[in-house]
Amino acid sequence: MTGIGKSFLGVRVLSDVGLTVAAGEVHALMGENGAGKSTLMKILAGVHAPDEGTIEIDGRPVSFGHPIQAQRAGVAIIYQEFNLLPERSVAENVFLGREPARAGLVDRTAMETATERLLAELGEESFGPRDLVRRLSIAQQQVVEIVKALSLDARIVVMDEPTAALAEHEVELLYRLVRRLQERGIAVLYISHRLREVFDLADRVTVLKDGKHVTTVPVSEVSTDELVRLMVGRDLSAYYPPRATSVGEVRLRVTGGGNDKLHDIDLELRAGEIVGIAGLQGSGRSELAKALFGAEPFTRGEMTPRRPRSVREGVAAGIGLVTEDRKAEGLALRQSVRDNALLVARALGRQGRQGPQGLRELLERVRLTPPREDQEVRYLSGGNQQKVVLAKWMTVAPAVLLFDEPTRGVDVGAKAAIHDLMRRLAADGMAIMMISSELPELIGMSDRIVVLRDGRVVGTLPPAPTEEAVMRLAAGEVTS
Amino acid sequence: MSESEQIGAVPARTPPFWRTRGSSPAGVVFLALAGVILIGWVLVAARGGQFLSLENLVGVQQRSAALGIVAIGQTLAILAGSLDLSVAYLISLSSLVAAETMAGRDGNIVIAVAAVAGISAAVGLVNGLVITKLRVHPFIATFGVALIIKGVLDHLYDGPAGKVPESFQHLGYDRLGPLPVSAILWAAVAVAAWFLLRRTTLGHRIYAVGGDQEVARLSGVRTDRVLIVTHVLCSLCAGIAGLLLASRLGAGAPTVGTDGGYDLESIAAVVLGGTALAGGRGGVGGTVGGVLLLATLDSVFNQMEVNSFFKDVVRGVVIVTAVAIYARRKHGRRA
Repeated sequence: MTGIGKSFLGVRVLSDVGLTVAAGEVHALMGENGAGKSTLMKILAGVHAPDEGTIEIDGRPVSFGHPIQAQRAGVAIIYQEFNLLPERSVAENVFLGREPARAGLVDRTAMETATERLLAELGEESFGPRDLVRRLSIAQQQVVEIVKALSLDARIVVMDEPTAALAEHEVELLYRLVRRLQERGIAVLYISHRLREVFDLADRVTVLKDGKHVTTVPVSEVSTDELVRLMVGRDLSAYYPPRATSVGEVRLRVTGGGNDKLHDIDLELRAGEIVGIAGLQGSGRSELAKALFGAEPFTRGEMTPRRPRSVREGVAAGIGLVTEDRKAEGLALRQSVRDNALLVARALGRQGRQGPQGLRELLERVRLTPPREDQEVRYLSGGNQQKVVLAKWMTVAPAVLLFDEPTRGVDVGAKAAIHDLMRRLAADGMAIMMISSELPELIGMSDRIVVLRDGRVVGTLPPAPTEEAVMRLAAGEVTS
Repeated sequence: MSESEQIGAVPARTPPFWRTRGSSPAGVVFLALAGVILIGWVLVAARGGQFLSLENLVGVQQRSAALGIVAIGQTLAILAGSLDLSVAYLISLSSLVAAETMAGRDGNIVIAVAAVAGISAAVGLVNGLVITKLRVHPFIATFGVALIIKGVLDHLYDGPAGKVPESFQHLGYDRLGPLPVSAILWAAVAVAAWFLLRRTTLGHRIYAVGGDQEVARLSGVRTDRVLIVTHVLCSLCAGIAGLLLASRLGAGAPTVGTDGGYDLESIAAVVLGGTALAGGRGGVGGTVGGVLLLATLDSVFNQMEVNSFFKDVVRGVVIVTAVAIYARRKHGRRA
């Protein structure tokens, strides 16, 4: 890609961006949200047409008016939100839009055999071509996407934040898959916010900032700090804000809490502290947050404040939940920043307290950039959306705020802003619980870490434990 | 390379039987159908009647044929994530076009059928184009087209018109053994639609578009084309139903479609059959069951001489209950 430029409604999002990816290379693409990564990717995918610049594949210039043309030219994109139909089988998804057919009749056997073969090539045996996608885990669905790319005979595979939805132990599997693609001589364009992955996987890295190409360097010639500086344009050496110096009274206490997914939960959250929750996928982390919040209530055990039986009771008792999936559960995407920020306050009938002035101050406090109230939230970046979710809870000043993966899919800059805000909320006397699959974040932010396994608390770790200590507890390895 | 890979056998996880049954919602509706037949049989027998008489069975089939054919078309539209409210007026229009063109002469039958096909295809095309190109929600688009047809019909006709030759009336009334010709026609349409959905690329794409239009588009499916073709097929089904009704009436009538309530009734039958109103999940089998269930209910009511208000109450309860059951099953499996 050379000299790519693109504007939307007069706003320039890309100018003169160039990028070369070699066969068998893993090329990382980095940049903050809004740097133009997604736009560049969509141009390569044929979703948007570039205003300027050219794309060449194997030395031949190409131009795409429709995603199908990009597909035929050997470009496969694996989007962050998967492009899969949950109600259809794996094979049907893999061959969607180009089913093997004779005279319009689908050759189901050919479709399933081909899928089976590709699954075997990737060493995937946990599911077959006839399984419904709805029944697969996120990691398995990702495999389906990769199989789809392979079946397209793709020579360029673009992966957009492929680990965003994966648990720690699934990331290893993804690495293996990416390396298999690489062995087959496929060029992989790997978009990620996570520095570790870039260093683990990529050969070269290209950094975009504000729609411009900053640099392309071999990964071996750059350090983490340099990379962050290039992306953000400033030093972010102090990754995490300082920990709490003192903790206050107990804001929430559970003893013997349980429901069909959780058992014997004992937990205390105190004013001023951030408690991290660690555990593998399926260990009951999100379920714990939902139980405390009243979305999937505890059916057993004692709790102060009174055990909520519904979300409404939870919210009324001063408990807030920043959910894992902000687009589906945290925001009304087609409504304005203002309406979203006032959702909870209005639900409780307390909107009187937030005058226009109050709302503006709040949006500045969460550092929404720009702090425009009338914009529909679906147009905001992931980081800004998360700030709106935070503002939503801050309007009712809950005593306890639960965070489930608060920085998933959020860029480095916004991540730091959210971390900083969480710390300030704690310092103001809120009790905070944070779930994260990203161990460095969990370790960097938490004043103590509670580890879950199979719906039970298996241990509590002091501040700044090693990643190994957390993983050992979470995975349940016996160490003697 | 692991052992199982060498053997080449990927162990299939066999889900428990109630789940495999659950994956085809058609099972539920046929179970309900069996239940209604049983209840009907008991009730009618208690009054000294015979529910499963040949006469009665033929009656059920005949009553359901027209609705059945419309509902098959509606199934396609709903699976593609759309729906069609214009079918009732299109049925009336088709019956009139057929009867007027035939004008009582055998020689005109072929032309009349072609004219009906042409007109319904055109209506489907308009529906499809308004939905895809003008981006009007299918509910409004097809409702608007329905009103347009209504206006034309009200302006041109104030009662039955045209005449269907006797030879064409065989379609509506004849039987091959115990099977009415109309039921055979319905079965043919159903099998064709089933084949289309199961085996053809178009069928797969209908599911894809209904499942998630953006996913389909980004996979290279020409979603607009699929939706338009689907609407043409749906309207063609309504046209066939119009022909069938014209053959029964011996003439065309401007109210034959709306009197039968074919618009909402066909949607109800589809939903009863377990097809998701949002699209992408379901199939023809369930719809056939849904139509038969509605017709059997009717038959039970008729034999019991229940008043028609009560009939509607029961039908309403049945439809709502069925959809609630589907919602529960789906939710349960996801958790």
